[in-house]
Amino acid sequence: MIDATTTIAVLAAGGDEVEGLDLFLPPEYDIIGSAIVLAFIAFFFYKKILPRFTEILDERTAKIEGGLNQAQAAQEEAERLIAEYKQLLSEARTEAGSIREGARTEASQILAEAQTKASAEAERILENASRQIEAERQAAAISLRNDVGTLATELASKIVGESLDDVARQSRVVERFLDDLEASTTTPAAKGK
Amino acid sequence: MRIIAAVVLVTLFTMAAKRATLVPGRSQNIAEMALDFVRVNIAEEILGHSARKYLPMLTTMFFAILAFNITGVIPFLNIASTSLIAMPLVLALWTYLVYLSSGIKKFGVGGYLKNALFPPGIPVFLYILITPIEILQVFVFRPLTLALRLTANMIAGHLLLVLCFGASNFFFIHAAGAMKALSAVTLTAGLAFTLFEILVAGLQAYVFTLLTAVYINMAIEEEH
Repeated sequence: MIDATTTIAVLAAGGDEVEGLDLFLPPEYDIIGSAIVLAFIAFFFYKKILPRFTEILDERTAKIEGGLNQAQAAQEEAERLIAEYKQLLSEARTEAGSIREGARTEASQILAEAQTKASAEAERILENASRQIEAERQAAAISLRNDVGTLATELASKIVGESLDDVARQSRVVERFLDDLEASTTTPAAKGK
Repeated sequence: MRIIAAVVLVTLFTMAAKRATLVPGRSQNIAEMALDFVRVNIAEEILGHSARKYLPMLTTMFFAILAFNITGVIPFLNIASTSLIAMPLVLALWTYLVYLSSGIKKFGVGGYLKNALFPPGIPVFLYILITPIEILQVFVFRPLTLALRLTANMIAGHLLLVLCFGASNFFFIHAAGAMKALSAVTLTAGLAFTLFEILVAGLQAYVFTLLTAVYINMAIEEEH
């Protein structure tokens, strides 16, 4: 190692006699060699290594930014969807409420209608019944009047036929008529027995 | 050996770049961490929004210097390429040209010189003092100190390592009796300095690149 150092020291000193400014300046080949090596390194760093890494860094930045933007977009989308759903929900709720309200109104309406209809029906039935009763009553009255008329005519003809002179005869006639009448009513009753 | 370092460096990063995907793997993570260190801690911290333009240069510088420095502690290479003045000189020249040209491109020759040599906000009579200092600063000291700082650090590190390991060798083989025990001490020191050199390799790469960024920033900044 000592040997190597001395050699280099001699080399650095130029080996030969050096004078003036040359004392301070290294030999030309050394400077040129250094420059070439440096240029070699610089070439690779300028042209190959740094552009590649810069590209990678930019790409990464772009990717991260893209990811962030995407995340933000997703977030906004989600918020928009939530708002939309909320609105839909409230709309649905309002609609449900109105439907319920409508149904209730309709139900009460139907009920009222049914009540009116039922009472009208009842009234109609009642009226029919009373009309029928009236008709029957009238029919009964007519037939009664006919019967009474017939009976009266019969009675009158009998009375006229017997030439009513006295009260005894008159009463006999009435008695007989009543007997006849009784007999005509009891005979069907006896038959029934 | 600088060629070996360059080839190794380029191969490593090219491999990482070739296999680079959107979701980083293990090697890509390491490569990205290293590149991010330059991008965030040096370029963007110093240059702000104009960092992107100078990023390739700063990245190249950082990793080239790191690779050239680290050869100092790798067995059989054993000497840092940057411990010879030529490489730091070329690097410093690069910085020099870039900060001058970007300053001139931004403000024009006159504008840049006025900005750099007659910094605004200073009483006029002080320019007698300031301007010569700034002339030396901008045109001589900055590149020279960059190159010398790096070279000197690497030479010193190399000398320390050589001293330690050489002493270990000497004490262990040639020294008599109890003196042999000293070789353990020097070997331990050598180990410690090797680790220290690894730190210095990274640190000097960082310092060089950081100063380059600072110089560029000073050249293109509106106000000092």
